[in-house]
Amino acid sequence: MVRKLLAVCLIWLAFGANLALAAESVVIKGSTTVLPIAQAALEVHMKAHPGVNISLSAGGSGDGIKALIDKSTDIANSSREIKDKEITLARAHGVEPVAYTVAIDAIVPIVHPKNKVNGLTIDQLSQIYQGKITNWKEVGGDNLTIVVVSRDSSSGTFESWGHLVLNNARVTPKAQLQASSGAVVQTVSKNRYAIGYIGLGYLNTSVKGLTVNGITASAKTALSKEYPVARPLYMYTNRQPAGETANFIKFVLSPAGQKLVAKEGFVPLIAEEIRKPAQKGKK
Amino acid sequence: MNRHQKEIFIRGIFAFFAFASVLILALIVMFLFREGLPIFKEVSVADFLFGQEWYPTYDPPAYGIWPLIFGSVIVTVFSCLIAVPLGVLSAVYISEIAPASIKDITKSIIELLAGIPSVVLGFFGMVVVAPFLQDTFDLPTGLNIVNASVILAIMAIPTISSISEDALYAVPSEFKEASYALGATKYETITKVIMPAALSGISTAVILGMARAIGETMVVLMVAGGAAAVPESIFDSVRPMPASIAAEMGEAPFGSGHYHALFAIGMVLFFLTLFFNLIADYISQKFKEVGSATL
Repeated sequence: MVRKLLAVCLIWLAFGANLALAAESVVIKGSTTVLPIAQAALEVHMKAHPGVNISLSAGGSGDGIKALIDKSTDIANSSREIKDKEITLARAHGVEPVAYTVAIDAIVPIVHPKNKVNGLTIDQLSQIYQGKITNWKEVGGDNLTIVVVSRDSSSGTFESWGHLVLNNARVTPKAQLQASSGAVVQTVSKNRYAIGYIGLGYLNTSVKGLTVNGITASAKTALSKEYPVARPLYMYTNRQPAGETANFIKFVLSPAGQKLVAKEGFVPLIAEEIRKPAQKGKK
Repeated sequence: MNRHQKEIFIRGIFAFFAFASVLILALIVMFLFREGLPIFKEVSVADFLFGQEWYPTYDPPAYGIWPLIFGSVIVTVFSCLIAVPLGVLSAVYISEIAPASIKDITKSIIELLAGIPSVVLGFFGMVVVAPFLQDTFDLPTGLNIVNASVILAIMAIPTISSISEDALYAVPSEFKEASYALGATKYETITKVIMPAALSGISTAVILGMARAIGETMVVLMVAGGAAAVPESIFDSVRPMPASIAAEMGEAPFGSGHYHALFAIGMVLFFLTLFFNLIADYISQKFKEVGSATL
């Protein structure tokens, strides 16, 4: 009896494995910032196209591009442009990276609505997050200690913030850690001493978004690159993609895909931006 | 199947269930060590445990978890300062003083307290206790050591109270009768006879309560504030070890130094709770005979 069951199981397993092998598969590797977009997109895409097998892992933009160069991935997610050195290396391996801008990542510093401060410069933000400015009166506010609220160090928002504002300097160890953007909003909305940062999509009326270098964060200023704490997010492929890889990227750039982008808290691209491929990495 | 075979069969089933949990534990420990130990190729054990800086995602990374260990220890100690008197004294009241009707009610309410999900308590700490602390003491933040300690104490009270109560209940009634016969008052009987006789059980209760507090994750993640710095006052934020693991594990790249470091923190937590359990076991073994005079 047991033996029979086992045999059935084995046959089923073998059959199942065969099916999986037969399906076309796409491998995606790279940035943790782009991860939520890729994750949301592949869930919807795989549901709509059964039989397509997409595997996704995130180990940072550098890892993704490395994987693209050694051809162990079809798509490399990246939160930065590919470096010239990487392009050279890629060409040496017979890989021609092509960039697709899939979303804009804009991050807004937020404070309690009662905070008098309306805007900060990049430099002030950097000093605050490094623990060098510790009182709101130093930046034109009330005489209150600044409570720095940050994200956990492995989140993509943390990485972007560290890159765009702090220039990779260390965040003060006294910074409070919150595990999600929602928790940052919750904390800052309850604390008039606090400053936090969130993806533009998470901004609501319970907190006040600050201007950076005098510019208000919005989808428009982020797209026009006026707003300084914003950066495009990319998916790199080897040459013009074909088959399922192309379908997946097409889906991410479609209105349905861009709706997912907005849902994950990023700025979706406007129609023109979608068709125009990014400059670097093209022949 | 004859009777004898049936007997062996049933014995086998019971053995299987007994060893299943042992096996699962062994596998978990093996996995924990396999994933945690590789970090010590990058950083020495002393630098890992006593390093002041926790910057796992920077280049070069810093893997010092001393602020996290300190955070865990301090919230545990403070929560015990609150939970031990409340837990032990409520146990004394329930088992020795309260009339039967009140006893039933208080006992079941304390047990109900154990059933509250930790995320609910954490949320309570975040939206009720934190603003209260901040307004009352005019603090920069309400997410701090005091807040976390209070909430952890609420979680540890049911553990401490119900185990202490069992210990008090187990004190032979001959002791009390002898004490009363000698003319002792109720207060003297409780403090001089019953409590000392139940001391091993109460100590076990306290230590298990501490183990509960140090391993608790959700509460410290939500209300301790999460600053990875050694605190200067009890109103500073801290980031206990479980909070760090919970917050960072989700997005730590698989197989990276950060990933292994988080598992190594899990090992430290494992040893701490193991240590607490060994002490609890030792105390309950060593002082078992004390007071059991009914030979």
